[in-house]
Amino acid sequence: MNAPVVWDHQRRSRDRRLTRARDCAAGKHVDAAAIGALLRAVIEPGDRVCLEGNNQKQADFLARALTALDPAAVNGLHMVQSVLALPEHLDVFENGIAAKLDFSFSGPQGARLARLVSAGRIDIGAIHTYLELFARYFVDLTPDVALICAQAADRDGNLYTGANTEDTPAIVEATAFKSGIVVAQVNEIVDRLPRVDVPAGWVDFVVQSPKPHFIEPLFTRDPAQISEIQVLMAMMAIKGIYAEYGVQRLNHGIGFDTAAIELLLPTYAESLGLKGKICRHWALNPHPALIPAIEAGWVRSVHSFGSEMGMEDYIRARPDVFFTGHDGSMRSHRAFCQAAGHYACDLFIGSTLQIDLCANSSTATLGRIAGFGGAPNMGADARGRRHASETWLKAGREARDGLPGARGTPRGQKLVVQMVETFREHMEPAFVETLDAWQLAEQAKMPLPPIMIYGDDVTHILTEEGIANLLLCRSDEEREQAVRGVAGYTAVGLARDRRAVENLRDRGVIRRAEDLGVDSRLATRNLLAARSMRDLVDASGGLYAPPGRFRNW
Amino acid sequence: MSMAAGLETLHYNFTGTQAVGAFAPVLVGVVGSGNLEVLLEPSPGPACRFEVQTSARGFGNIWEAVLRDFHSRHPLAGVVVAIHDMGATPAVVSLRLAQAAAALP
Repeated sequence: MNAPVVWDHQRRSRDRRLTRARDCAAGKHVDAAAIGALLRAVIEPGDRVCLEGNNQKQADFLARALTALDPAAVNGLHMVQSVLALPEHLDVFENGIAAKLDFSFSGPQGARLARLVSAGRIDIGAIHTYLELFARYFVDLTPDVALICAQAADRDGNLYTGANTEDTPAIVEATAFKSGIVVAQVNEIVDRLPRVDVPAGWVDFVVQSPKPHFIEPLFTRDPAQISEIQVLMAMMAIKGIYAEYGVQRLNHGIGFDTAAIELLLPTYAESLGLKGKICRHWALNPHPALIPAIEAGWVRSVHSFGSEMGMEDYIRARPDVFFTGHDGSMRSHRAFCQAAGHYACDLFIGSTLQIDLCANSSTATLGRIAGFGGAPNMGADARGRRHASETWLKAGREARDGLPGARGTPRGQKLVVQMVETFREHMEPAFVETLDAWQLAEQAKMPLPPIMIYGDDVTHILTEEGIANLLLCRSDEEREQAVRGVAGYTAVGLARDRRAVENLRDRGVIRRAEDLGVDSRLATRNLLAARSMRDLVDASGGLYAPPGRFRNW
Repeated sequence: MSMAAGLETLHYNFTGTQAVGAFAPVLVGVVGSGNLEVLLEPSPGPACRFEVQTSARGFGNIWEAVLRDFHSRHPLAGVVVAIHDMGATPAVVSLRLAQAAAALP
């Protein structure tokens, strides 16, 4: 006789955990002093645990509580979280509580992560993009327990995330609807929330953190640090790419290069008569550098992955531009904004550390395992896209014109622009024969070199020497010379075939500033719509309140 | 560590075809970290002479390539170009040279 099949193992497991946790909580409410006992009650060895590590806000109180558990009782955890930002995110591996890791980005912890991997202390499942990891939450990496972070809770356990909603909805949705346990740390417990971002029915426990959660202003770029070369490159981007393709919907990286573009819209781009013709709809965090363009009427809409410290009041006062709740505060959403950036934007432009002769682009450096975050989803052609726009169709025509068969079937293509100075600081060349990523893959035994943006997705390379339009290249040799032709005085650039490069220039594959009609004499900081943090505050009518470290007046 | 390492001085000479004649000296840029100063002055003869003082040692081949490219775009004659560099990238050097050439009569 066969035993009857059990179809609710997960629900029974959840019930056992909740029963064990009864003594640690008053209903859903857990005293901060009892958090260790609660985690001990709801987490079992070998569980998949999401410890909400966002790009910006961090479940830091729960992270400390997790690291303080006894590894004899809680061990072998499989951590599934998008960002490793805090030391505690790796402490759990060092002290034996966790064993396996699936993640997206480890920027500040990249060097330590590499050491722990080579010492055999961490088994990395895979390095994902944000959207990929969220997708796997709903397939084979569903958390058993999610330790999340919100601004406030009410007595019932409804959560208000504040402007930095970020990953929270994706994590909670996957966990709560697959019999998992959701524990939230909040800064305050109030009678009435400004709005509900996560309904109480999806939340099992709430603990008020003794200190407000940690949050990092990652997207603030002081205009005072923008160089004239960045101004020159921004001029070329606007005239040679944005105007050329009529780019209306776009995503920017977070560096000074793209901040320069944002600050040239109300000045240089305005002088070219481009207002209303480019840069109207954005998938972008609320960059302070975008304030002058918004104030000058350039921007119709901005949807954001997360928020940015100091921008709260400005956003609240511009609801036509930003996505806000009925309470007035911003609602961000990393998963939806990543989808928006991938499918609904016609252009991504961002910086990188290394580009090879195939135009493969990587930020991986030896001795660090940093991951990619969202860049590969922004910086990739969306192969599943079907709606047309003039920009997308023009890029597609350039890439496919004259090709036979499947390769020549009409379709559009996303513009993916890598914007780099040929030399970084300390004369490190941005162009290399071989990416460090290959050696790193060997060191860390990765199945693939960690390439951020594949060469066959890169459509343009923009340097101070000019723009290489790779869509127009018809062979690997042409592509290589197009890369070399904008690689300046790096070894890669000096080894160009000068005749081939001049031929590419005649065909418009390579365009110099003078070919674009960009006057390099105008490339001064005077062209920036704001030249300091103070200028940004003034442009916002005093609504933008930069964090202390950026207030230098 | 010896402080004697100091500046490196480099000289390049190209023969030009665009005689500039008499002009008031042209100065662009400033001597500051990652930046440089470029001074153009008249000089007798058909040559364009470059006198480079740089704090970043060991990049002679790149200086030569940058200055040769500049001179092929602007084949100046009768000019001496004095450069005081504090570790500017080739991008900044090329931009300053272009700005200086644009300011000539």
